[in-house]
Amino acid sequence: MKREPRRPGRAGSAEPDLSLDRDLTTRILTGFIRSEVLRTGRSRVVLGLSGGIDSAVAAYLAAKALGPQGVIAALLPYRTSSPDSLRDAERVIGALGIVGERIDITPVVDGFAAAAGRVGRLRLGNVMARVRMTVLYDRSEHHHALVLGTSNKTEILLGYGTLWGDLASAINPLGDLYKTQVRELAAHLRVPASIRRKPPSADLWPSQADETDLGFSYDRVDRLLALLVDSRLSPDACVAAGFEPELVARVGRLVVRSQFKRRLPVIAKVSTRTVGWDFRYPRDWKS
Amino acid sequence: MGPGEGCAMRDARVALAQIEPKLGDLEANLDLHASAVRDARRAGAGLVVFPELSMTGYLLRDQVPEVALRPGSRELARLARLSRGIDVVAGFVEETPRHLYHNAVAYLSEGRVVHVHRKVYVPTYGLFEEGRDFASGDTLRSFDTRFGRAGVLVCEDCWHPSCAWILAQQGMDVLIVASSGPTRGARPGVGITSVAVWRDLLRATARFQTCFAVYVNRVGYEDGLNFGGGSLAVDPFGRVVASVPALEPALGIATLEAEVLRRARLSYPLLRDENLDLVHREVERIRRLRYDLPGAGKEGGTAAGRGGRDR
Repeated sequence: MKREPRRPGRAGSAEPDLSLDRDLTTRILTGFIRSEVLRTGRSRVVLGLSGGIDSAVAAYLAAKALGPQGVIAALLPYRTSSPDSLRDAERVIGALGIVGERIDITPVVDGFAAAAGRVGRLRLGNVMARVRMTVLYDRSEHHHALVLGTSNKTEILLGYGTLWGDLASAINPLGDLYKTQVRELAAHLRVPASIRRKPPSADLWPSQADETDLGFSYDRVDRLLALLVDSRLSPDACVAAGFEPELVARVGRLVVRSQFKRRLPVIAKVSTRTVGWDFRYPRDWKS
Repeated sequence: MGPGEGCAMRDARVALAQIEPKLGDLEANLDLHASAVRDARRAGAGLVVFPELSMTGYLLRDQVPEVALRPGSRELARLARLSRGIDVVAGFVEETPRHLYHNAVAYLSEGRVVHVHRKVYVPTYGLFEEGRDFASGDTLRSFDTRFGRAGVLVCEDCWHPSCAWILAQQGMDVLIVASSGPTRGARPGVGITSVAVWRDLLRATARFQTCFAVYVNRVGYEDGLNFGGGSLAVDPFGRVVASVPALEPALGIATLEAEVLRRARLSYPLLRDENLDLVHREVERIRRLRYDLPGAGKEGGTAAGRGGRDR
């Protein structure tokens, strides 16, 4: 077994541990996809392939889990989408031999904008994300498949995604992996370098970049989140570990404020047994 | 004659049935048990061990009463019938006549229920919610089998060293631990972290109690939880005598040699030297202090500080 050298920890210091056994993690995630899909009586997944690293890794894992014919990759460009994104998505389809479909969402989004009146950039981005979700769920019904989620743990914790849009899926193999861990897995799975090396972007408007939007790098915030969330360090301890107090406070606020995106709608309890409270069944109930 | 002194341990060939139970489906799981028992018999095993809640799956929540078995139930009878010519250890939900539900494990032999262990420590923290659904067991008993004296624990029980210790003090030769342990990822140089942790735990437990320890963990997924497997058998020197690869369903075979137990207890006469009376006195003193019971007094210091031995 390979053993990675570890820096000896200073007394009282806190080192975030984002290391992964890539082989075993891949096995756990492909097993997850296989198990959670097959138990529903379906054998395929549909995912939106954006040309970015997250959906590429999800596609590689799904192809390993279900075989190339078990993966339907939907390319869902809007008229402003970067041509590089489409090229990279097509590269993934070609490399894996998975099924590709292209549906231009421009008429739907522009039709909505025409009907709804002035919609700013951010709201239009949300509309695009939700139109893509609508298309994916429809295609999943057509193909008798499940929608495969591609949101990573960093996005989910920070709330950096659209509720009922890109955050929506039936199963998500990446939701417990930080962005930097997705990158590590991408290298292991031999995702094309052009996809691994470009700056992360939701591509909702030209030249959008995640790290500019967020104001910090994934490398930095993932290390902080690993301490705050996984190791349950106090914010003060994170500052003592070398993170700027402003960053610690801001990330803490983002996580709290986006909690609604990680939960189903709250239901007012007026009966003896309420969904979500005391009507408790697993999602995999009787399957 | 003390407990367990009536029969010495005999060599045992044990099958570790690392299965993937189907959540909430007794019929499907009975078939799964029957098939693994057949395989174990074919491999010459005299005992086959299944994981925690092997008859029902783990993440039951409100399904607990639906899949619970009462003594004399049809499913329990069918399970018991599998134990002809081979002993069977299987996990199930037990409903008592007072309608308490237990996370239980049965030791079955020649069609009869020899012993039932009710999980004592039902974890209710982190991802675990067992305390919402299960009553805690309140007994820890070793019992005689045709291989010697055995004791059964369920998963979390094994994290409380007192459980294995109490069973060992009743003459346990073979500790059986049935588990549904979820993984928490895999690290370089460690592998699946929970599998590595359990290996350490089993090796330490077997050495401390100078007994064989057989650990069977399930595999598969429920709501994204992944159960890692990594079942293993350890001898009283802490050496792994059989292990099953992680993540996949498989049947492992372990041979537990009575002669190894004899030599371990010769080399490490821990059981001989255990001072039950000391433990009893100290536990009783701590109990009085903790619960502020009569007789707690102002004790708590060293025996010397209190002017010598208890009177």
